[in-house]
Amino acid sequence: MPELTYKDAIRQALLEEMEADPAVFMMGEDIGKYQGTFMITAGFLEKFGDRRVVDTPISESGFVGIAFGAALMGLRPVVELMTINFSMVAMDQIVNHAAKWRYMSDGQFTVPMVIRGPGGPVSQLAAQHSHSLESWFAHSPGLKVVMPATPSDAKGLLRTAIRDDNPVIFIEHGRLYNTRGEVPEGDYDCPIGKAAIRRPGRDLTIVAYSSLVPVALNAAKTLAKEGIEAEVVDLRTISPLDIDTVIQSVRKTNRAVVCQEEWKFIGVAAEVASQIYEKAFDDLDAPVERVGAADVPLPYARNLETLAIPNDQSIIDAAHRAIRGIKKSAGPGIRVA
Amino acid sequence: MGVKKRKALDSGEALLSPLPVNEVDAVALYRRMQLIRLFEEEAAKGFTRTRIAGYFHTCTGEEASVVGIISALREDDYLVTSYRDHGHALARGLPPREVMAELYGRRTGSSHGKGGSMHIFDAKRHFMGGSGIVGGGIPMGAGIGFALKYQDSDSICACFFGDGAVNEGTFHEALNMAGLWKLPVLFVCENNLYGMGTHVSRANAVPEMTERAAGYGMERFKVDGMDLFEVRAAADELVGRVRRERRPIFLESLTYRFSGHGAHDSGKYRSAEEVEQWKKRDPLILAEDTLRRLHLLDDAGVEAACAEAKAAVDDAARFAEQSPMPDPKELYTNVYA
Repeated sequence: MPELTYKDAIRQALLEEMEADPAVFMMGEDIGKYQGTFMITAGFLEKFGDRRVVDTPISESGFVGIAFGAALMGLRPVVELMTINFSMVAMDQIVNHAAKWRYMSDGQFTVPMVIRGPGGPVSQLAAQHSHSLESWFAHSPGLKVVMPATPSDAKGLLRTAIRDDNPVIFIEHGRLYNTRGEVPEGDYDCPIGKAAIRRPGRDLTIVAYSSLVPVALNAAKTLAKEGIEAEVVDLRTISPLDIDTVIQSVRKTNRAVVCQEEWKFIGVAAEVASQIYEKAFDDLDAPVERVGAADVPLPYARNLETLAIPNDQSIIDAAHRAIRGIKKSAGPGIRVA
Repeated sequence: MGVKKRKALDSGEALLSPLPVNEVDAVALYRRMQLIRLFEEEAAKGFTRTRIAGYFHTCTGEEASVVGIISALREDDYLVTSYRDHGHALARGLPPREVMAELYGRRTGSSHGKGGSMHIFDAKRHFMGGSGIVGGGIPMGAGIGFALKYQDSDSICACFFGDGAVNEGTFHEALNMAGLWKLPVLFVCENNLYGMGTHVSRANAVPEMTERAAGYGMERFKVDGMDLFEVRAAADELVGRVRRERRPIFLESLTYRFSGHGAHDSGKYRSAEEVEQWKKRDPLILAEDTLRRLHLLDDAGVEAACAEAKAAVDDAARFAEQSPMPDPKELYTNVYA
């Protein structure tokens, strides 16, 4: 099986869907002439022309809304946001329009659009450019939220998202763009709304997604040396949430650590933890532990940024609390030197 | 590119083919305005009797602007409106029963009760929605234009919004892209002088509304929105030009609402004298005058028009009153496709 970077996997998905369906078009800042800020769309303008690869002015609210209008007409826009942070200026068009037109009209309209871009902290991008926002979108009925962790999922889930008739927020991750992995050739089944077990284990369930999946796998390796076999569940989709796969795992391991890179307070982990309590309370031998970022705007200084974002040790510490009841932590899963 | 103002007919002036439509249609348009006038009055009663709740915005006084423009559109054209959309829906041909039932929140409404007053939709009539967000539908309108261009269609999109919307960012972003990409959209600003309680002179740095469109490279026109046949004549010309030239045009329709902004409006921001002055140019009276002078309408004709409209409106209210509420299981339907 060929190996691709996560970034190239996304590129391949876009190429294949643009080739397969003339209703698919792309819209975003510098995706055409500039060849894309991350080179994902390099050569697309030359190949598909400016009717289908549209360089926009810096007007996120406007062009997300334009894409929404186009989607109502049967086109399938793939909107690139240079980073997911810029979705905030378009939030009304996403949440109050794209997410609601089908419901408010009781099914008269379909909104087959994808909004994609990298989210999460990368390296000292500072507070305004480091958001995840998945819980904001997942909170809104009418949107689907997909967050691939692997190149294979990046390609497969993006193709599925483009073919989905609903508005899908496809949150990539800048720190994953150059990671490599096997990607099947041709079309392959890659459903939205289905989690995956990345590492089987019997002692502890670690739930993670996107950039924290490799971090969780690393943590699991370290835990294994201590005799703790962790099962790592990659959510892959935040909404609709595959809680069944998580519950099945917790029924087996009786302990859970749920990880997210976004701010800990009111995040995806809170929802997953709550649902574990609701559905598998009697299977738990310890409270569900949550790992999330420090509830602060992300600081620029390298050492402060490192302190604020979950890492291997945050997950290991949380695992220790779940397994041994070790109450060692200065805060929400943050390692303090 | 100039701002053109079509001269209103002075009373007593000899009329030589002043009508932009044939005689049958002229009377039909007048009847349509009567229908809207009586519908809004009946709906207001429905609101008082708590059959209708929430936000409720009528277009009493603005009928000529609504009917004059919408009647110039083809069946295959598209419409986007603001939340003041009952009149637009009726002008577009939605049955009064369906609109009233939607206001009453019944299963038989245009959105089966799930939208309400601000969210009237009819996909088959290309009535793409009322948005409750000021300016919220403007990118959508541009997006519909984008799709029409993409699809090589010769249909156009008529995108309605009020004087308040021209200060929202979405207006600027959407008009810029429409002008930049030459999208076939007729942007209609229904200027009734008040953004809720704020007069345009207290909201706009530059009093001349149409100057905004100059900034986005489109031709701009004004019309007397109280005069049905003036509006229709202007709309015929401009709709035709957007269709032929495949680029956006901005039309400011100067109108006035005789009722408050919405259901609960103290009206303290404008004087009773001002309202009375505008009522002297009631669009129903102006149209009636013209038709009488052309011997297309007499007392019997006016009475018949009122009776017919009343019958349709009473029927709609009865229908709505007797219609069932949505089934509880509809709560969860059509969130996703």
